Amino acid sequence: MPTTGPNVPFSNGPAAEQIVKIRETLLMMASLTDRNLSLAMRSLVDRDEKLAASVEAEDSQLDELEVAVDELVINHMATHAPVATDCRFMLVASKISSNLERIGDQAVSIARRSLELNREPLLKPLIDIPRMANMAEGMLRDGITAFVDRKPELAQGIIKRDKEVDMINKQLARELTSFMLEDPTTITRALNLTIVARCLERIADHCKNIAEEVYYLYQAVDIRHERAAGA
Amino acid sequence: MSQTSPTTMMDESTPNTQTAEVASPQNKPAPAVEQAARLNAPTVIDINNVDFHYGANKALHNIHFPIKEKLVTAFIGPSGCGKSTLLRCLNRMNDLIDDTRVSAGSIKISGVDIYHPSVDVIELRKRVGMVFQKSNPFPKSVYENVVYGLRLQGVNDKSRLDETVERSLRGAALWEEVRDRLHSSALGLSGGQQQRLCIARAIAVEPEIILMDEPCSALDPIATVKVEELIHQLKQDYTIVIVTHNMQQAGRCSDVTAFFYMGRLIEIDATEKIFTNPSQKQTEDYISGRFG
Repeated sequence: MPTTGPNVPFSNGPAAEQIVKIRETLLMMASLTDRNLSLAMRSLVDRDEKLAASVEAEDSQLDELEVAVDELVINHMATHAPVATDCRFMLVASKISSNLERIGDQAVSIARRSLELNREPLLKPLIDIPRMANMAEGMLRDGITAFVDRKPELAQGIIKRDKEVDMINKQLARELTSFMLEDPTTITRALNLTIVARCLERIADHCKNIAEEVYYLYQAVDIRHERAAGA
Repeated sequence: MSQTSPTTMMDESTPNTQTAEVASPQNKPAPAVEQAARLNAPTVIDINNVDFHYGANKALHNIHFPIKEKLVTAFIGPSGCGKSTLLRCLNRMNDLIDDTRVSAGSIKISGVDIYHPSVDVIELRKRVGMVFQKSNPFPKSVYENVVYGLRLQGVNDKSRLDETVERSLRGAALWEEVRDRLHSSALGLSGGQQQRLCIARAIAVEPEIILMDEPCSALDPIATVKVEELIHQLKQDYTIVIVTHNMQQAGRCSDVTAFFYMGRLIEIDATEKIFTNPSQKQTEDYISGRFG
């Protein structure tokens, strides 16, 4: 294990305490985000309205934690002027928290769509959407693992997985469009499913962003906006 | 703590190709490109495998790196790491301390070995000015402080002295503050003004290089900002080497930072690189406050 860096306290001083606090807050956010995404998907798959309501209720906690991370980051930067890994950690912590909060917002959108979808019969068996959700959840968990365990190579692998989620989303959009063309009474349900798929695609994008930030944190190389071939 | 070879990305023979290939979409040079270009400036001071002894105590071990023209190079490191010793080697100020010697290697300024017996040390110190930690104006007027070096050289032409005083005080960003009291005692100036007066005195003799040994450590934050702004202006005309304990100052002021530890050069690189992604763990630990 490394003996220094943002994940390992180097002393009992206030700087170390603040870094540990930021890290713990981020992990709390990640855990809550993961839970909300799972609840939102279960509310859709199991047609459970209570679960959908709980997602919306818990989202405010994520909002508060995002603000808390930014406050901790700005306080640390103002008082300790961090450099090198610590400096990158501050930038990355703020961006990861922002992405987690947005994943939380997408989970709320899924929960709202599921409330509407659950009022009507299923348009089609839910296969691709849970598959997308599994992939997005896997990307989120691996991103956080890469962050905690200092594994930039794991983070790099996540970036390629985003393309697969994008492909399923496009395929699903085409399929749902054909439903709507064939039978206009399916439009509301098909649109809601399209929105859910779109939310999952956006979640995968946020997971990719997190992975890029984790890679930058540990390798000091910015791999955003690179083509897949060069990534 | 284990020692490692210093990284010298500035070496012209091994250009930093990673940064040199970066370009922004608008075809403007990216910061990394500008930085690489700056670091490829001509070498003014060539420090070659220098060892230095205080009596039997070896204070510098095989120091080897170039100092580039019209850049600010900062020496950082914990107390006793040898950074001030090396700075004083650059204008042979250590000659004034008994039982000290450069025991190996050479230091060349513009290609001339400054420790060669034929070198005139007074002439060397004219070319390599120095500003100390504590401002040390002479108990004379502001004017006489600035022209002190010229008077030592035998210059007494009033118009030339007047011109030098104004040029030097403007160069030290002090002219507007003291133009009405040039003949008052320099000791009546504030600490920050005194330090800038010392810088004016150093540049009055038109050196090529200015050495600064913790020039802001005795100054308040406002005076520090003024001296730092001055350093930024002075690098248009001079090569500056600064020793500082203030990490943020090194980050703000310098183009190149060299980290020393226990008499050895651990790492030298572009300041942006040192403060964002140093190559050596020891450097990161030091600049992050983990030791020292």
